[in-house]
Amino acid sequence: MLIKPAADLRDNDVTDHALYLDRRRFLAGAVAAGSVLGVGRGLRAATADDTPTPFEAVTTYNNYYEFGTSKEDPAVTAPGRLKTAPWTVAVDGECAKPGTIGLEDLIKPVQVEDRIYRLRCVEGWSMVIPWRGVPLSEVLKRFEPNSKAKYVEFTTLADRAQMPGLRIPVLDWPYVEGLRLDEAMNPLTLLATGLYGKDLLPQNGAPLRLVVPWKYGFKSIKSIVGIRFTENQPLNSWQKYNPREYGFYSNVNPQVDHPRWSQANERRIGEFRRRPTLMFNGYGEQVAGLYAGLDLKANF
Amino acid sequence: MRWLKPVVFTASLLPVAWLGWQAAYGSLGINPVETLNRFLGDWALRFLLLALAVTPLRQWTHWAPLARLRRMVGLFAFFYVCLHLASYVGIDLFFDWAALWKDVVKRTYITLGMGCFLLLLPLALTSTDSMIRRLGGKVWRKLHRLVFPAAILGVAHFWMMVKADIREPLVYAVILAVLLGWRLRTFVRTPQRA
Repeated sequence: MLIKPAADLRDNDVTDHALYLDRRRFLAGAVAAGSVLGVGRGLRAATADDTPTPFEAVTTYNNYYEFGTSKEDPAVTAPGRLKTAPWTVAVDGECAKPGTIGLEDLIKPVQVEDRIYRLRCVEGWSMVIPWRGVPLSEVLKRFEPNSKAKYVEFTTLADRAQMPGLRIPVLDWPYVEGLRLDEAMNPLTLLATGLYGKDLLPQNGAPLRLVVPWKYGFKSIKSIVGIRFTENQPLNSWQKYNPREYGFYSNVNPQVDHPRWSQANERRIGEFRRRPTLMFNGYGEQVAGLYAGLDLKANF
Repeated sequence: MRWLKPVVFTASLLPVAWLGWQAAYGSLGINPVETLNRFLGDWALRFLLLALAVTPLRQWTHWAPLARLRRMVGLFAFFYVCLHLASYVGIDLFFDWAALWKDVVKRTYITLGMGCFLLLLPLALTSTDSMIRRLGGKVWRKLHRLVFPAAILGVAHFWMMVKADIREPLVYAVILAVLLGWRLRTFVRTPQRA
């Protein structure tokens, strides 16, 4: 079966380096114009399609609390601190072939792909990012999950020496995320190693991160050091922090508001006006089937 | 002390001047709408606390000229509150009144923020000399005690807006507690004058 993740977004939409440098200049101008002239530009932008977000924005506007809670922090504190090589991932739990495996050996057997996905943050902003990576399913299969494996739990590195943010107990470190096994095996789910055709930068979750484009961004866990197959639903960090506001599924859903802000629309970074948020972030065709019969309001 | 008021007036305009400069010649960052709104909210809260600090500072330093700053600083607080509200309604929501109403009734931190604005509104409207005369000192002073619940709502608004890292709102809350505590102390000591 041919899988076409996001038919509207193709490989050749990935911007080449010269053009993205150009975009940096555009962004600087757009930011100024957007704030001063706002209106005219905004009306145009509101109808624009999914142009990849400039590299500059993708790599300097990050939520990565292990490196500080402001969005500007990770790009400043992560490079030079986060040691991404050598990198190993411990795989255990309900599978026939657990073990600790080096990053190279984890990725090498699988064909690396470029995929452009929309990223929708739970905070109400979004980007379009050209990722590079491998389908998670291809990686997970090799560990031969057994019949008890219903979920997959992921863990981020938690090293005080490398991550200054860990000194502040904002969340219960290490950061943990989880997917149902069928979500993890969905062809859209990507284990990313790069973006814009290059290796991931530390602030984006180098050297290995999850990308689940139909879920809010916090599900796409960064700098993964642990993968565990479990029988029970994992308790992800944000749900643990505030179960009223963050659920396990966290599918992008304009009809289910976050208690503190609307999820009906979003601000695409680089645009002035808000645009409507799409059900499953626009990936309903590929993933809606996973949730047939599930009350998405109760299972937010 | 003729220099005092013009100096403070000019200094109070610096944040908005900086904002204009950044918007025109610099950058408001990757998410300029968010930057703008947060910046104005921060300064609204700072001026509100500053306005509440004028009287304790005067009593503490015994420097009488400070009293003349109270109204001006308070009005600057209202000025930044208005800019903050305008940037939220006009730029963030782009005058989507339905969305605004939904936010106000549904989202507690926005309800509180709007409550803060509504409490400050009559204070700004009755800030002129003629209004003080018309209301009479006693009524006027009573009315202007609304600034205390307004400040509490303002800090709560910021606190509840924050996702997880409460260190910054905590700083504002502590300052507010000190400022309210000071008044409680003077109130207890001299109940007849309160």
